[in-house]
This record gives sequence, C-alpha cells and structure tokens, in this order.
Amino acid sequence: MTMMTDVVVENAGKSGRIDWSPYLVGTGIGILSWVAFAGFGDPLGVTTAFSRVASLFAAPVIGSEAVAANSYWKSMPLKWDYGVWFLVGIPLGAFLSAIISGTWRLELVPEVWKERFGPSVLKRFVAAFLGGIVIMYGARLAGGCTSGHGISGGLQLALSSWLFLAVMFATGLVVSRLMFRKA
Amino acid sequence: MTSLMSIAGPILMGAVFGYLLQQGKVTSCNVIENQFRLRDFTVLKVMGTAIVVGGIGVLLLVDTGNTKYYVKDANMLAVALGAALFGVGMVVYGYCPGTALGAIASGSVHAAVGAFGMIAGAILYALSFDWVKAHILNVWALGKVRLPDITGVPDGVWFAALAIGAGAFFVWVEASEAKAKRAQG
Repeated sequence: MTMMTDVVVENAGKSGRIDWSPYLVGTGIGILSWVAFAGFGDPLGVTTAFSRVASLFAAPVIGSEAVAANSYWKSMPLKWDYGVWFLVGIPLGAFLSAIISGTWRLELVPEVWKERFGPSVLKRFVAAFLGGIVIMYGARLAGGCTSGHGISGGLQLALSSWLFLAVMFATGLVVSRLMFRKA
Repeated sequence: MTSLMSIAGPILMGAVFGYLLQQGKVTSCNVIENQFRLRDFTVLKVMGTAIVVGGIGVLLLVDTGNTKYYVKDANMLAVALGAALFGVGMVVYGYCPGTALGAIASGSVHAAVGAFGMIAGAILYALSFDWVKAHILNVWALGKVRLPDITGVPDGVWFAALAIGAGAFFVWVEASEAKAKRAQG
C-alpha cells in the first residue's frame, strides 16, 4: 500500500528568499513584547481574541440564543478590543513581508507533507481541518498558544507557560516521529 | 484620537508581529514540521531569542514600575492536557494559531482550511466549558505563579541561566548546521 520511494524534494520554483537571521527576528519579537507590556498593557497573544471572534461563526451553527447563554462566551464576549484588532494586523504584516520579499506563493500541499503523504489536496485539507480543531481546543484548555503562553508567558517566567512549552514540544516530537515514520 | 489609537495601535502591533513571523520563515509549514523532526531549528531560535530579549526587557520595565506581569493561571492539569493536544494539533496542522494567520496571507490555502477547524475547535471548547470548568480547570490550580516565586531563585539568575543555556544551545546548533552543510558540499 505504502510507497517506499525516498523522494528528495528540492525547493524548486521559490522565487523570493528572505535572509533575515532568526535571532534578529526573535530580538524583534522580544522588543515588540516590551511595547506590548509597557505601551499597551496587553502581551502578545492570539487565541483569546480568536475565541471571541469564533462566537460570530457559532451563531449560525448553534443559534444566537445558545451563544448568548453560553457561560464561556459570557466571560469572553465578542468585542472589538485590542486582541481582536491585533489579529487583524497579523495577516496584514505577513502579506506585506511576502509581497516585498517575493515569497508570496500559493500553497495547497506543503513539501514536507507531499514527501510523506503524497500530493492529495483533499487529504491535506482534511488533516489541516482536524489539526485546527485539536490545536484550538488545546489552546483554550491550556489558556494560550505559542504566542500567549510560549513567548509572552515564557518571558514572564510563568509556571503555567513553561509547563505548556515543555508538554507541547514533547508531545509534538512524539507525534511527529510517529507521523513521519517510514512505513 | 484615543479611539483611533485604540484601533490603529493594535493593528500596527499585529502587523509588525506578522511581518516578523513571515521574515522569520516561521509562517512556513515546512519549517514548523522540520522543527519537530529536529531538522530545522528556526522555530526554537526565534522563540528562544524572543523569550530572553523580551524577558530581560520586561523584567526591567516591571522593576522600574513601567508595567506589571500578566501571568496566566497555573491550572496544571488543564495546561498539561491542553498543551498535549496543542502539540498534536501543531504537528498535524503544521502551524500554530498565530503563524497560521500569517501563512494564510502569504498564500497557504491549507492554512485557511485549518483556520475553519480552529473556529470549530473554539466553538467545541465553549460548548464543553461548563464541564471542563467543573472537572479539569480546578485540578491542581496553583494560581498566577511565576518560577521565581515557587523556587525562591531570583529573576536575574533565571535569565542569566536562560541566556547562557540558549546561547550555548544555539552555538552548538549553528556548528552542527555548518558541518552538515559542508558535508553536503
């Protein structure tokens, strides 16, 4: 059933390249955190605002009365606050960088996935959708994501955030090993 | 003016964040997957540097009264379970929530499909919240604690150790990568 071909995939067809050092980028995010803390009193984070916005999409699915009555969204109602506008900014900035650097490109199935699971777009879309469900449920249960826990919480030396980082990386390593195991 | 700033400010902050994520290549699914496969250390380089640089600055800002800590609750069981699910989701999806938003804007269609999964995940969490709150969030709930509080080891020592540890690790990674590159020719 499984193909045993070891395909070496060259990064062909990539027009633009970015040569920024990851340490420079990390320093930039660190300094951005200073501004977020001191200037706005609102550390970098994504999923808290994301779940506020999700209530918009929940209304047509479970009905707006159910959304209004839900105790989670009562504690976290949809409002256009700092976090939600921050979310709007992320794709804008990424788009700007991609256009300027020439790294914008349509991607249906990423190379690493294609190497292991083949070129099926449907297969990749189903996995992305399911992975999306699991990652967001986990983020809300843990109270944050790679940004809110990983970076903002990590830099505050928060116990919760370092537990998050350790468990997240350990689990990721195991799952990745299973998923990319040569069949 | 204040209302304009309360919108333009966060949009600008988000845009700088998204710009940096894209410049750092961490909006690439390949880069994230290869971090967990230990073939590409970009994600750890970016996060490690951000934590050390950000943390030392924020520590000084707190000490000089310019900001305060915004620590999340250490509901140990919920954080551990959530982080485990997060690790599974991150490898299957190939993104984390923030990098996914950047990836969508740089042309990744599968990231956009996964974003609808993330919306579904957020809805499922809201629907299960009452049960989770009663049974999971309250287990080993230690509150908003920081490592210096529970260990008695001061902040400065933590950051010195983190900076030295991360620095040594990055030197080793760079040396191994240079060696692998030479071997490749």
